Amino acid sequence: MIQVENLSKKYARHVAVDHISFAVEKGDIVGFLGPNGAGKTTTMRMLTCFLPPSNGRAKVAGFDVFDQSFEVKKRIGYLPETPPIYPEMSVEDYLTFVARLKKVPGREIKARIERVLERCAIADVKGKLIGRLSKGYRQRVGLAQAIVHNPDVLILDEPTAGLDPKQINETRELIRDLSGEHTIILSTHILPEVETVCKTVIIINRGRLVTTDSVEHLKQRGAGNAIQVQIDTDGTAPPDTVRQRLEQVAGVSKVIDKPQTAAPFVFEVQSLPGHNARPDLARTIVHAGWNLLELKSMTSSLEEIYLSLTGGAIEPAPKPAEPEVPAEIVGETK
Amino acid sequence: MRNIWTICRRELYSYFVSPIAWVLLTIFGFLSGAFTYIISASFVRMTFESQMRGQSIPVNINQQVIAPLFSNIAVISLFLIPLIAMRLFAEEKRQGTIELLITSPVHDLEIILGKWLASVLMYGALLLVLLADYSFLFAYGNPDMPPVGTGFLGLFLQGACLLAFGAFISTLTNNQIVAGAIGFAAALVLWILNWTTSFGNSVTIQVLNYLSIVSHLDGFTRGVIDSKDIVYYLSMIFLGLFLTARSLESARWRA
Repeated sequence: MIQVENLSKKYARHVAVDHISFAVEKGDIVGFLGPNGAGKTTTMRMLTCFLPPSNGRAKVAGFDVFDQSFEVKKRIGYLPETPPIYPEMSVEDYLTFVARLKKVPGREIKARIERVLERCAIADVKGKLIGRLSKGYRQRVGLAQAIVHNPDVLILDEPTAGLDPKQINETRELIRDLSGEHTIILSTHILPEVETVCKTVIIINRGRLVTTDSVEHLKQRGAGNAIQVQIDTDGTAPPDTVRQRLEQVAGVSKVIDKPQTAAPFVFEVQSLPGHNARPDLARTIVHAGWNLLELKSMTSSLEEIYLSLTGGAIEPAPKPAEPEVPAEIVGETK
Repeated sequence: MRNIWTICRRELYSYFVSPIAWVLLTIFGFLSGAFTYIISASFVRMTFESQMRGQSIPVNINQQVIAPLFSNIAVISLFLIPLIAMRLFAEEKRQGTIELLITSPVHDLEIILGKWLASVLMYGALLLVLLADYSFLFAYGNPDMPPVGTGFLGLFLQGACLLAFGAFISTLTNNQIVAGAIGFAAALVLWILNWTTSFGNSVTIQVLNYLSIVSHLDGFTRGVIDSKDIVYYLSMIFLGLFLTARSLESARWRA
């Protein structure tokens, strides 16, 4: 549905997106993950034909975003970071306007609007002015706006930013609901969002593609061979003895002492790749007459994988020099 | 065509739902009413006085009331037009709704024409107020019809042309106030360009005078439609809208 090849965006003084390539299949729901300033918004703006790419090409639904932008625009629904709403309009009037703009045939407009009002759970505020709505409702109006013409592709830029936890859940629920009918790309810097909503994840950092993989796969990749063992020796052996004993178990490569003085002792045991050392470990411990309190394999969370892939940039990456104009072009860019 | 109308309609909606339209209509109504009253009152006094003295100075309501009235209204509208045009693009950029417009299947030209048309219609609503003022002149006097018609046409064209430039200025910033201030300065410059005629009659001055927006209105207020003036207004509208289109496009490349 979406093919991106060597897509780049250069500003006067810095490169926002640097030769990114990926593909999204029809019906997929893809999380676009990266720290703030990674180039997520810029990439999305290029996919939605808002910004022309400086290099490379991108195709949406088989149409080039530059040469056939009109065809692309017909097939996408886009929710920018700040919902593009007119505060002085009522929800219903606003959606009617967007439906007309997106070329929904005149006689279908009413039915379409009814449907998205219901879908996005905003039917109860349809007569209200958008400016009077709470942030959660505005966000949902923004989503309604993106799906009113039933587009093939939905592009959502940080759809849950600034919402409260309940609203975040509702929005994710809604997005998951929508994934049946649309191909969805959503950007976020929140990991659980990707874990709960997306099938595939594309991680970018400082404008470069870090990895693209399925969420399942990525988790497995991180599923290390680390085993956490908790042992209570009842004072019969000091931790050093225990460690030495564990190191002798077949398939164990390394035993790391967790800094703990009192019993029970906790060790992190690294096994050799391809070995499952757990049965042997258990046998050894029980054999020695110690109490085995816990034995679990540790899966590193997506978060750790993400941090290791993006170079531990949990803090926003150092901001590159601001491009000269963007803030002036579209209200708030970052 | 349909897209232009869709955009235009939404723009008008915003004018009339927000206080802008009503504030403008009130200000314009008050000022144009005051001018109509003052000019026609002094005209009436003058006719009385000349009759009492037994002189018969030729009086002409078209020349002595309607033509000066049009000139005055033209100046008032120079001040009001930046207020109509300043929000056109600046507000869309500030709100981020420009992203909606540009990522929708509409051409830039349709967006520009729709918005410009809405501002022209808004300005047209102001002129309707003026029409109400003029109805009194027709009720109590007997002015010639054609100069009034051409006067309105002239005012309308002048407004349409300033609005095209206002739209262009509005694309340059995302701050309405800035757009309004620059628009106001531009209107002022276009207005005072014809004051240079008092400095002589060199080629430069002739060119400046030709560029001045109000000097082209004189013919219209006297009931004369000169193709030179029509060409001036139409080409200025074209230039304004062309600059708007270029500016919108270049903003995207720079963004």
